[in-house]
Amino acid sequence: MRKVDPRVKVTRRRFLQSSAAAGPAAALAAGGATLNAESAWAQAAVLSPHQMATLTVMARDTYPHDRLGDIYYRNAVAHWDTDAGAKAETKTLIAEGVAMLDAEANARFGADYIKVASEADRVTILQAIEPGPFFKAVRADLVVSLYNQKEVWPKFGYEGASAQYGGYLHRGFNDIDWLPVA
Amino acid sequence: MANAARFEKSDDSVVVIVGSGAGGGTLGNELAQKGIKVVILEAGARFTIPDFMNDEWPSFSQLAWTDPRTTSGSFQIAKDFPNLPSWIVKAVGGTSIHWAGASLRFGEWEFKAKTTYGQVDGANLLDWPISLDEMAPYYANAENRMGVNGTNGIPHLPGNNNFKVMQAGALKLGYKTVFTGNMAINSQPRDGRGSCEQIGFCFQGCKSGAKWSTLYTEIPKGEATGNLEVRPLSQVIHIEHNDAGLVTGVVYADAQGVMQRQKARAVAVAGNSLESPRLLLNSASGKFPDGLANSSGQVGRNYMRHTTGSVYATFENPVHMYRGTTMAGIIRDESTNNPSRGFVGGYEMETISLGLPFSAAFFKPGAWGRGYTSLLDDYSNTAGMWIIGEDMPQETNRVTLDATVKDKFGMPVASVHFDDHANDIAMRSHAYKQGTAVYQAVGATRVAEVPPYPSTHNLGTNRMSDNPRDGVVNKYGQTHDIKNLFVSDGSQFTTGAGVNPTLTIVALAVRQGDNIAGMMSRGEI
Repeated sequence: MRKVDPRVKVTRRRFLQSSAAAGPAAALAAGGATLNAESAWAQAAVLSPHQMATLTVMARDTYPHDRLGDIYYRNAVAHWDTDAGAKAETKTLIAEGVAMLDAEANARFGADYIKVASEADRVTILQAIEPGPFFKAVRADLVVSLYNQKEVWPKFGYEGASAQYGGYLHRGFNDIDWLPVA
Repeated sequence: MANAARFEKSDDSVVVIVGSGAGGGTLGNELAQKGIKVVILEAGARFTIPDFMNDEWPSFSQLAWTDPRTTSGSFQIAKDFPNLPSWIVKAVGGTSIHWAGASLRFGEWEFKAKTTYGQVDGANLLDWPISLDEMAPYYANAENRMGVNGTNGIPHLPGNNNFKVMQAGALKLGYKTVFTGNMAINSQPRDGRGSCEQIGFCFQGCKSGAKWSTLYTEIPKGEATGNLEVRPLSQVIHIEHNDAGLVTGVVYADAQGVMQRQKARAVAVAGNSLESPRLLLNSASGKFPDGLANSSGQVGRNYMRHTTGSVYATFENPVHMYRGTTMAGIIRDESTNNPSRGFVGGYEMETISLGLPFSAAFFKPGAWGRGYTSLLDDYSNTAGMWIIGEDMPQETNRVTLDATVKDKFGMPVASVHFDDHANDIAMRSHAYKQGTAVYQAVGATRVAEVPPYPSTHNLGTNRMSDNPRDGVVNKYGQTHDIKNLFVSDGSQFTTGAGVNPTLTIVALAVRQGDNIAGMMSRGEI
């Protein structure tokens, strides 16, 4: 069978483009930073670096894929800074949501959500706030903003658009080779 | 479009068709071929094949009807997608752009659901006023014009990886009728269109034009006669009538949102089973306070959406289910009425595939965490099938006008209420079990039962009946109450049958075209 190469070949040009697409050049600033680093979001204009870092950790905890680098989670949440600038209700939703998340984290583990070391612990915090509007809005957005990044598709073996290559007629639409012979 | 007609809004000799999908687009061409002047008013925009996108979310934004709707009832959609009960298209060509192409005739018994199934508690069953014999020539006509493979000497399509997995499991399980389907997708060049390139993305508009859609078949053929005008971005607001109780035309919002009045000799409504009853209800007047054609009280009732669900299975080795046609093959052995299974009616198992973005959104709506994402981690090793079976018509499953939510023109939106019938639940449960067994027979390591998607098969809200008390239209799709008002889409369906509906919608539209032309030549309308 024709396999899909999951490696992303990052050219400098493509890296800059994807960073630019992420709004406040978060990914560029993040170079080498851990997922929960507030310093990665120094250029956030409306939301605070702490709020942006919280959204980033939340993104991975909600849809964890160990095969995905941090950049895709940062890309997925970067737009909230722009959205919060455009709409006061959004800014409030994030501010109140992050505050609630941290209150829950401090009550349970004595630290802000992003400082809680174990994923399993952080998931219990998310489960506690799951019924509220903040988690619902962030999750509903993430399921699109994470998986709709074309760069992540090859990592899952998904090839995306095919019409420009003449479809799969000559590129493996029926090349399965492991089924038992009837 | 070079020869496309332009008719005056004051021209009361035209037939106005509301909607340009499988029903409206086909009827428009049929009437135009017979020399009858037709104006099709389409709420959506007009795209061309190069406009289509092999990209799930952008394509959804481009094509889907996303105007607000509301939902209630115990069906899972009301929880998962409360403002998106259906996945249908708002564009010239309607949902014939999005459909997968499966073109199956009803079984004879499926036209006689009440007789065949007998009394089913809570179900509002009725026999169709038409038989398979009467429909046969129109099915043949539809298969020929749509280029359905396995008919008219047209070869079947080759099976893709996703089909081969399902086929191997099905044969191991002992199923016999397993093949690549009767698809309205060219397996060789035909009717000026090329053959299938196994692009995938059948749901996003076929970029090779191999799949039949009214957008690039019926509509341009109708326009070439000089008798058909299609007006995109023209959303009909209400239908008007005179003191004698005959319809006289429609009021519609044009592309600029300006209200226009198009006079008409007759009006045919083909806006899909949510919008068609909404339009009749929104056309209520002093003379018809409950809406047009609603003396029976049946407008909007008996809403059916097929008993659906999906089974996705993970394997040790790759499948790449997205390569090639979305609905690449079928198991038909369960498409019988065998009440010993614990339910009446039958169902099909048909391959389905979603790209990664839609898989994430639809495999288990609302789910998150590692338990869920591990399913997506194995995306490339996943095969999928869709279940589509007959659901029971129920009077309380219905489209009404929402009491508070209005569209941008100030008209109440469609409110969809649906509860699964016990028969639907029993059938879905059986189908999940059989689908799981199919995949386990060839080594599935994990199987996921996926709940119904927003419905593309919306049926029955203006149903066909012999007795005017039981339904909205007669056997020709002519409303019982108003002789020059017709219904031309899947909302006419008396019952849903266990097969994909488009072929029957097209066959009914061809038949209706013959009958409208006859009524006009006899001076009846």
